[in-house]
Amino acid sequence: MADISANFLGIKSPNPFWLASAPPTDKKINVLRAFEAGWGGVVWKTLGSQVKNVSSRYSAVNFGGHKIMGFNNIELISDRPLDINLKEISECIKLFPDRAMVVSLMADNDRNSWHELIMKVEDTGAHGLELNFGCPHGMTERGMGAAVGQDPQIAAMVVEWVMEKTTIPVITKLTPNVHSPVPTGIACVKAGTNALSLINTIQSVTGIDLDTLVPNPYVAGKSVFGGYCGPAVKPIALKMLTTISQDPVTSKVPISGIGGVSTWRDAVEFMLLGASNVQVCTAAMKHGFRIVEDMCEGLNNWMDDKGYATIYDFIGKSVEKITHWEDLDINYHHIAKINQDKCIHCGLCYIACEDTSHQSINLNYGKPYNTYTIKEEECVGCNLCQLMCPVTDCITMEEHRVAPDYINWKMWQEEGKPLNDH
Amino acid sequence: MAIINNRLTKEQYEKNFSDIHPPFETQDAALVEANRCLFCYDAPCMKSCPTSIDVPKFIKQISTGNIKGSAHTIFSSNILGASCSKVCPVEKLCEGACVYNLMDEEAIPIAKLQRYSTEIAMKNNWQLFKRKDAPLGDGGRKKVAIIGAGPAGLSCAHTLSKEGVDVTIYEKESKGGGLMTYGIAAYKVTPQFCEDEVNYITAIGGIEIKYHQKLGVNVSLEELQENYDAVYLAIGVGLARQLEIPGEDLNGVEDAIKFIYNLRNIEYSTVAVGDKVAVIGMGMTAIDAATQAKRLGAKEVTMLYRRTEHEKPCTQVELDIAMLDGCNIIWLAAPKEILGQDGKVNAIVCSKMQLEQLDASGRRSPVDTGETFTLEVDMVIKAAGQMPFESLVKNYSIDNKSGKVVINKNCETNIPGVFAGGDAVNGGKEVVDAVQAGKDGAKGILEFLSRKDG
Ligand SMILES: Cc1cc2nc3c(=O)[nH]c(=O)nc-3n(C[C@H](O)[C@H](O)[C@H](O)COP(=O)(O)OP(=O)(O)OC[C@H]3O[C@@H](n4cnc5c(N)ncnc54)[C@H](O)[C@@H]3O)c2cc1C
Ligand SMILES: Cc1cc2nc3c(=O)[nH]c(=O)nc-3n(C[C@H](O)[C@H](O)[C@H](O)COP(=O)(O)O)c2cc1C
Ligand code: SF4
Ligand code: SF4
Ligand code: SF4
Repeated sequence: MADISANFLGIKSPNPFWLASAPPTDKKINVLRAFEAGWGGVVWKTLGSQVKNVSSRYSAVNFGGHKIMGFNNIELISDRPLDINLKEISECIKLFPDRAMVVSLMADNDRNSWHELIMKVEDTGAHGLELNFGCPHGMTERGMGAAVGQDPQIAAMVVEWVMEKTTIPVITKLTPNVHSPVPTGIACVKAGTNALSLINTIQSVTGIDLDTLVPNPYVAGKSVFGGYCGPAVKPIALKMLTTISQDPVTSKVPISGIGGVSTWRDAVEFMLLGASNVQVCTAAMKHGFRIVEDMCEGLNNWMDDKGYATIYDFIGKSVEKITHWEDLDINYHHIAKINQDKCIHCGLCYIACEDTSHQSINLNYGKPYNTYTIKEEECVGCNLCQLMCPVTDCITMEEHRVAPDYINWKMWQEEGKPLNDH
Repeated sequence: MAIINNRLTKEQYEKNFSDIHPPFETQDAALVEANRCLFCYDAPCMKSCPTSIDVPKFIKQISTGNIKGSAHTIFSSNILGASCSKVCPVEKLCEGACVYNLMDEEAIPIAKLQRYSTEIAMKNNWQLFKRKDAPLGDGGRKKVAIIGAGPAGLSCAHTLSKEGVDVTIYEKESKGGGLMTYGIAAYKVTPQFCEDEVNYITAIGGIEIKYHQKLGVNVSLEELQENYDAVYLAIGVGLARQLEIPGEDLNGVEDAIKFIYNLRNIEYSTVAVGDKVAVIGMGMTAIDAATQAKRLGAKEVTMLYRRTEHEKPCTQVELDIAMLDGCNIIWLAAPKEILGQDGKVNAIVCSKMQLEQLDASGRRSPVDTGETFTLEVDMVIKAAGQMPFESLVKNYSIDNKSGKVVINKNCETNIPGVFAGGDAVNGGKEVVDAVQAGKDGAKGILEFLSRKDG
């Protein structure tokens, strides 16, 4: 059995799965249930200035008959009294001393407010702090949340205030509502943050009710931009994570990966791209805390299969595999191949290629089943048909190098090699 | 042993004759299945539907919440799409070809989804088609007479009406729908549903149905040729084939079509059935007669077929219905003689058959082994194929093959301007084939009408 325990900035947890700062972590009753279910740690719902929430608060994007491909909220930070939160935090720590307890903070935008808040939170015995520079709605209008994270200078200033006071590790949570999270990340690392986490939610409009014409979620006939998360944002989160993992400054600190993690597979992908642990919100909100069981077992089995003894044996292994387009090998070529024994004759590969790609699939009419074959000389190896095919391993992409040697685009141009002729 | 009615309670009758393929209860249930559909290209299911309904399209339209569009997609190919969704032997048509079969997974329930959209359309009386305007100039609308308000006749009428032709249907019975109303098993479609469907179809306008009008009795072909620009014969086929064995005239020997006709036409409790019933044949009609005899309360129903299970004309799904209803099946049994006492059936004697080696045509025909066996029964239902209306066809000198009307590729008979289709031509297939025949017939007629003009 592999060892899946994690040590993030000295904060230990039996597994690398934390619940992200959000409703699942906003009070004792949830957090105790989460710990009982097996979660490694929590980032307590953001504490800070007093707010009031609205009704309703959530909306979702469904896809292909599946609910909640993407999730969206217009909730603010914790609307419960600070002293109740603090009392419950310390109770949870006492009941589950082996779990990570990090508290998310978003104070009013002045040094004193931050200092006061930090002292009170440290008194609970919390293991770390997470600075919420990411909330994209409600708080930005008051110069907080994403408004801080979007401006590297302001972010650095707040991190400095925090670092003056704190005695426990600090994670800075970055907003994705920027062209790149790297400038703010660099500024925060230089200002002393011990770690980074990303992403927070992405500003969005999830949809419109075609009867009322009001976008959702709605509050008395109006809506606002919300924060988007869940499986739909995972690819964006992974991309942003990669840029942080590849930057020479930000890659020096540990990263907590967030955004659409729903399974152990997602978690492994985040970790391969440099996350030392992951945080989860939407998946838990959709299925409850029990999903952590398969996350632990799946991670464990995968690590055993691959021979990784600890999570540190694979964290970051895929970072170097994402390169620049100019460095890709132009002599690499692969061609689709259809396994006729597996094919169910649905024609999806054909119509995709014929209408929108390179007309590289033959259709031989049959009643009721047509036969589809690849025109090898036409196939550009784009993968489209393989992506369409409903049968696993029915279409495989077979390597047919154009030439044995590596050549990239710049070299290609310098050597005056020909462009496509069709 | 006796042939008596009123064997069951009201509740039992209701239960036995309730819908055999219940519809989706909710939109969510329909969506689960609609979303499974792969939206195949040049879809095998569509190619296996005799009316070529664009199945992936109408299912996709369910999943996008465009039910009106979905119903329109179905009805544009098959105006009896609602009935077909209840009566088609889909296991050998669309669903039998669904690509999921090739993954050894349940096929998409195409018919059930088809029923979902079409029932909503009918319930809301969405009129999805508009007639073409009357042509300008002399003559106004063309007029076509159709004989028979069954699936073929209705389909032809609707297609012609859409194209701006005025149609009059002559129907011998008091209701439309043909065998839909008078033949198909009650647990598949109800007479009320058939009536609603006829009304829904004719609501497009330009279709008048004259009931109690029998060709050859109340109206003649010559009259029709005189008064209309073209005539379409959609008269279907008639009663069950005679067995041509001794005892066939005994009391208790019934024609399956007549037996079912009664069942469709009067209260279930007034339809009499024997204690021990033999059903001869293994086609759709035989299955329907056997299961419904059982469902009326017969104690024992035995189906007799002269070939083996391998050659059975019904589908496995239908055979399963009969077996689940508790019908016995004896393969390789050919009726030889029906025995009786006091003019009433009391037994049937069958020859035991065996299959010959494959003949040149690749078929094995049954031969008598000389051995016989006797089965005690008080009722014999004949369902060994139906007979075309041979004398009617011959009286009018219409080219035919033992009563089955012969048509050319334009669906025209040897008499110019007289067209035909459906069971009357193919000798008895499915509703969906008759619907396609009606469309083909309408196409032939429209070409004929424009040629006549030109
Ligand atoms: C017992 C039974 C069960 C069946 N079960 C199924 C099933 O489950 N699924 C399926 O798809 N198919 C089934 N069929 C077959 C299906 O009913 C027929 O293929 C279909 O109805 C043929 O349509 P049609 O319009 O050609 O003929 P019909 O439906 O027979 O319609 C012919 C019409 O013409 C009228 N007519 C006949 N002669 C005259 C005349 N001289 N003057 C005026 N009107 C006349 C008749 O009254 C009738 O209304 C079944 C058939 C039978 C007998
Ligand atoms: C209802 C809701 C409330 C949230 N509140 C906070 C918050 O108070 N502080 C914070 O840092 N992030 C908050 N988030 C963002 C999540 O912590 C997380 O970054 C984001 O949802 C992406 O992860 P996921 O895809 O697993 O949901 C909230 C998310 C949701 C859905
Ligand atoms: S998509 Fe796959 S299963 Fe479908 S026709 Fe193409 S190769 Fe066959
Ligand atoms: S009409 Fe019948 S065969 Fe055609 S798609 Fe519908 S159910 Fe299937
Ligand atoms: S074959 Fe099956 S999966 Fe494909 S379009 Fe038809 S119903 Fe859908």
